Amino acid sequence: MSRQPVPGTVIFDGEQARKGYALNKMCYSFNDAENRAAFLLDEEGYCGRYGLNPGQREAIRNRNVLQLIEAGGNAYYLAKFAGIFGLDMQDIGAQQTGLTKDQFKAKLLAARGA
Amino acid sequence: MATVVGAITVSHVPAIGGAIAKGLQNDPYWKPFFDGFPPVREWLARVRPDVAVVVYNDHGLNFFLDKMPTFAIGAAAEYRNADEGWGIPVVPPFQGDPALSWHLIESLVAEEFDLVTCQEMVVDHAFTLPMALFWPDQKWPVRTVPVVVNTVQAPLPSAARCYKLGQALGRAIASWPTNERVVVIGTGGLSHQLDGERAGFINKDFDLRFIDSLVNDPTWATKYSTVELVELAGTQGVELLNWLVARGALPGKVRQRHVNYHIPVSNTASGLLLLEPVTTEGAV
Repeated sequence: MSRQPVPGTVIFDGEQARKGYALNKMCYSFNDAENRAAFLLDEEGYCGRYGLNPGQREAIRNRNVLQLIEAGGNAYYLAKFAGIFGLDMQDIGAQQTGLTKDQFKAKLLAARGA
Repeated sequence: MATVVGAITVSHVPAIGGAIAKGLQNDPYWKPFFDGFPPVREWLARVRPDVAVVVYNDHGLNFFLDKMPTFAIGAAAEYRNADEGWGIPVVPPFQGDPALSWHLIESLVAEEFDLVTCQEMVVDHAFTLPMALFWPDQKWPVRTVPVVVNTVQAPLPSAARCYKLGQALGRAIASWPTNERVVVIGTGGLSHQLDGERAGFINKDFDLRFIDSLVNDPTWATKYSTVELVELAGTQGVELLNWLVARGALPGKVRQRHVNYHIPVSNTASGLLLLEPVTTEGAV
């Protein structure tokens, strides 16, 4: 079995946890309003203080969830980053699946079946 | 001896907190979800548990990835909620029950479940939102013991292991020398996936089969590996491990008192299930 056996899915395992440690630690700091404000004042400086690597910084700059996952981000921690910009889970889902938000919501509704 | 009066399993999507704060219970989007709860509230008002043992997964409020326990248990006199980053209102603190916590710790460790013990712990939405759904006035009538399962960082504990933890938890509660009535709550799920190109994945057939299995065939889901559960229920749907712990705490045959299933709440198929042991004395 490959390490990542489910298509379209990165299972957050030890390898991802090691790769994403600095990124997730930064996102964990966003539990505090003061830190969210500090990030918004100086994004690059804030990323630097947490030791993000160039790929992680680029993913943060791009607000790109798939890139953030590739860089080791964990969904629960990335949600705290998304929260800074008032993005909800349908915004994030739409971005990752290449759908509009309305299309993504329709996809969720379709899971009800007949 | 103490009695497990029932198990309630329920989804814990953060958006529920936003809906409660905005008073959207009768909004067309939310109504089918909130309408599931009155029968559970009525049951709780009748059965009047003294304590709630709440099995959930922390989402990066109390635990960070620097120290990530597979299983942890609270042993504090009080548990507070805190800001998780998205501005849902913080709920009032919960009273703990350190005597019960330590009894559970003694009993579980003796049964080779070596949990991390926490004399300080903040509780996140996975703990607080189910409580707010069960007791909307947020005047918590129960003391609480949080039990935290790692569903965040693989390797996760297996479904079989989680079910066995629940069984050991049930035995531990039943050996507590009091007449207290304990409800076991398991939160999270059902199928959903927040991350990746597969975001938005929901599996209604699996969810309904899983709910049904908890009533009559509770080890059904234990045949799956956690990776298989991700495939079947999504990366966060694997939170159903918390449901298995709660179900395991009920000894013997159970009766389904209430069920509700609704797609979607946020990106999630929401589930609510109330089970009672068939043998409960004094059930009303």
